[in-house]
Amino acid sequence: MTGSTKAAGTFVAAADLAPPRSEVGVIGWLSKNLFSSWSNSLITLVCLWVTWRVVMGVLDWAVFSAVWTGNDGTVCQSANVGACWPFVTAKFGQFMYGRYPDSERWRVLLTYGLTAVTLAGLMIPAIPGKKWFGIFAVVGLPFISWGLLYGGMFGLPVVKTEFWGGLLVTLVVATVGIAGSFPIGIILALGRRSEMPVARWVSIFFIEVVRAVPLITILFMSSVMLPLFLPDGVSFDKLLRALIGVMLFSGAYMAETIRGGLQAIPRGQYEAADSLGLSFPQKMGLIVLPQALKLVIPGIVNSFVGLAKDTSLVLIIGIFDLLGIVQAGLTDAKWFAPGTAMTGYVFAAFVFWVICFSISRYSAWLEKRLSVGDRR
Amino acid sequence: MALADETRVPGAPRNSALDWLYRREGRQIIGQVLIVIILGAFLWMVVSNTIYNLQKQNIASGFGFWDNTAGFDISQTLIPYSATSSYGHAFWVGLLNTLLVSVIGIVFATIVGFSVGIARLSNNWLVARLATVYVEVARNVPLLLQLFVWYFAVLKNLPGPRDSIQLPGGSVLNVRGLSLPAPVPQSGAGMVLVAAIVGMVAMIALNVWATRRQRETGQPFGRLLPSLALLLGLPILAAALMGFPFTFDYPVLRGFNFQGGIVVLPEFIALLLGLVFYTGAFIAEIVRSGIQGVSRGQKEAARALGLTSGQMLKLVVIPQAMRIIIPPLTSNYLNLTKNSSLGVAIAYPDLVSVFSGTVLNQTGQAIEVISVTMLVYLTLSLSTSAFMNWFNSRMKLVER
Repeated sequence: MTGSTKAAGTFVAAADLAPPRSEVGVIGWLSKNLFSSWSNSLITLVCLWVTWRVVMGVLDWAVFSAVWTGNDGTVCQSANVGACWPFVTAKFGQFMYGRYPDSERWRVLLTYGLTAVTLAGLMIPAIPGKKWFGIFAVVGLPFISWGLLYGGMFGLPVVKTEFWGGLLVTLVVATVGIAGSFPIGIILALGRRSEMPVARWVSIFFIEVVRAVPLITILFMSSVMLPLFLPDGVSFDKLLRALIGVMLFSGAYMAETIRGGLQAIPRGQYEAADSLGLSFPQKMGLIVLPQALKLVIPGIVNSFVGLAKDTSLVLIIGIFDLLGIVQAGLTDAKWFAPGTAMTGYVFAAFVFWVICFSISRYSAWLEKRLSVGDRR
Repeated sequence: MALADETRVPGAPRNSALDWLYRREGRQIIGQVLIVIILGAFLWMVVSNTIYNLQKQNIASGFGFWDNTAGFDISQTLIPYSATSSYGHAFWVGLLNTLLVSVIGIVFATIVGFSVGIARLSNNWLVARLATVYVEVARNVPLLLQLFVWYFAVLKNLPGPRDSIQLPGGSVLNVRGLSLPAPVPQSGAGMVLVAAIVGMVAMIALNVWATRRQRETGQPFGRLLPSLALLLGLPILAAALMGFPFTFDYPVLRGFNFQGGIVVLPEFIALLLGLVFYTGAFIAEIVRSGIQGVSRGQKEAARALGLTSGQMLKLVVIPQAMRIIIPPLTSNYLNLTKNSSLGVAIAYPDLVSVFSGTVLNQTGQAIEVISVTMLVYLTLSLSTSAFMNWFNSRMKLVER
């Protein structure tokens, strides 16, 4: 309203006033987000105090009062000492590879590298040749990984699975579990939606029973009952038994995820495929599944996070995954000290957290990206 | 299905004996017969192998073991149990322990989850951030690892009975667990119980009446304070009238340990803390997405009608948010119950630990024991999903 009229009819606006200091900048942000009312200010102050205490407590434990060097538990004996990091550094190799022989550990690293390259090829949109990466991931990678990790091929010495452990086992169980649950899930999901009553009831029975019971009972079953089911003289490797249990377990969950995707495909797509005269495998393989699976990719990634966490349960049936090997390391009399347990657990928790958090971030990003495509 | 009868593969011979093979029905029958044959052969193989293996290892079958003497002690029993009780008795003790930790866990996880879920939507930036940090940490660390932290790193590092931590109200906390004073009812305590029941019934009646009045006349009724008065005030009043008919049995240090009071095992505390901390984070996310799922227009409409923000929350936002929240919430309750089986790793005597652990090891009857365990969880799960279906059909949006 403070415009001035210079000549007849010409209106020149005065320069805009700056917004009040209390509305913008640091002060504006603070008064809007932290101190908007007296009750809010009180809450803010309490939270600040709690945050300060927690952050200082964690820093003190992990840095200021922590022990950094030493060869055994004696350096961590005193009462008010914080983290006992030499425990982690001394056992780091075990935590990563279990009892995998030192001289052969490059094979594990090579497998990680191959998997990482393949996954990067599949996951990063800018990299071309998705189809070839996909084919390699299905037909090449599993066999090369097995050959590298177990040995007995390419002139590599055999490393039995009893010697595998730590993060290696965690990653192997989670990846094989998800990969194996995929075909099981597709078959069960199609079975549950089948027009054949027998197929439908068998699928529903399997899915509902497996989803109703805890993973532990499935693992107990595969470790205690599976040997009874097999013909005399046939025996399975312990890790393989656990893998079968994990695959069946996550297969049932995967089936429900995929069924969600199948239900989201409009009826018209099925009818169009029928009217083109496609057979059932053609209809599913060419029309329905490609669309349905694309819809459920975020769900699949989320179940991978769940499985990566659930992997730690294999320690109950005597397989040393990352948590199992940390737990086993704590029983080592050489490292007996009050702070080692917490140090070991914090290290394991950090590794799990980094894996799970980054995957779930990726899943959220993917969800956003995929939904952008659908929103046209 | 007149149309389906005519679905024929093009070029198929007409009126031949094999005609039905080319019809959908024919192929479906063949498919199902194949499934039955394959499954049957698989089952037959499994059963015959199992019978052979069991005979070879000299393991009995059937449920004869159910009444045999168990011969082991259980650290936490809700019903009378001793080492001379039967395996069947041990099963019930384990099942009750599972239910105990699950029910208490569900109550606390719900409180934590709803508080944190609402905190994540707070206008206060710091509160929202802290809630996010909690959720992202608790969701992305395996539950088993969290149990180990609580049990081995926190509770097992507590001082021994002689240097116990004294908590207010006469409770003590040490490496053997938490000892609470136990209320001992004296004469007249029955009246307090009666008052509590009457108060609860009256509160429910009041709420039903208030809802009906509001629906019919539009007159709201402030029901929070009267409800609290009925629920808490009535028993307290009764207790005061009867001259507080309770004495407390305080835990006392005798010799090397505390005697008396109610002892809560460290295994129970660790399992409860782990389950609540972990599941609370998932429930928080469900609550947050449920509240965010109520469309903006609903809130704006409530404002336009002149509702206060309390009324808007109570009458518009929460009823619609609950419709989104409750289905995943129940499945999380179920997950908590299933996850309580992880107590086996820290020696909490739940169903899996007592029955699939000790009883299985002693009898060797893996098939019977694991089948019973699975059946228990299956029953819990099916009854929950039956409730869910009933609830969904009741709460479903009536669309025109």
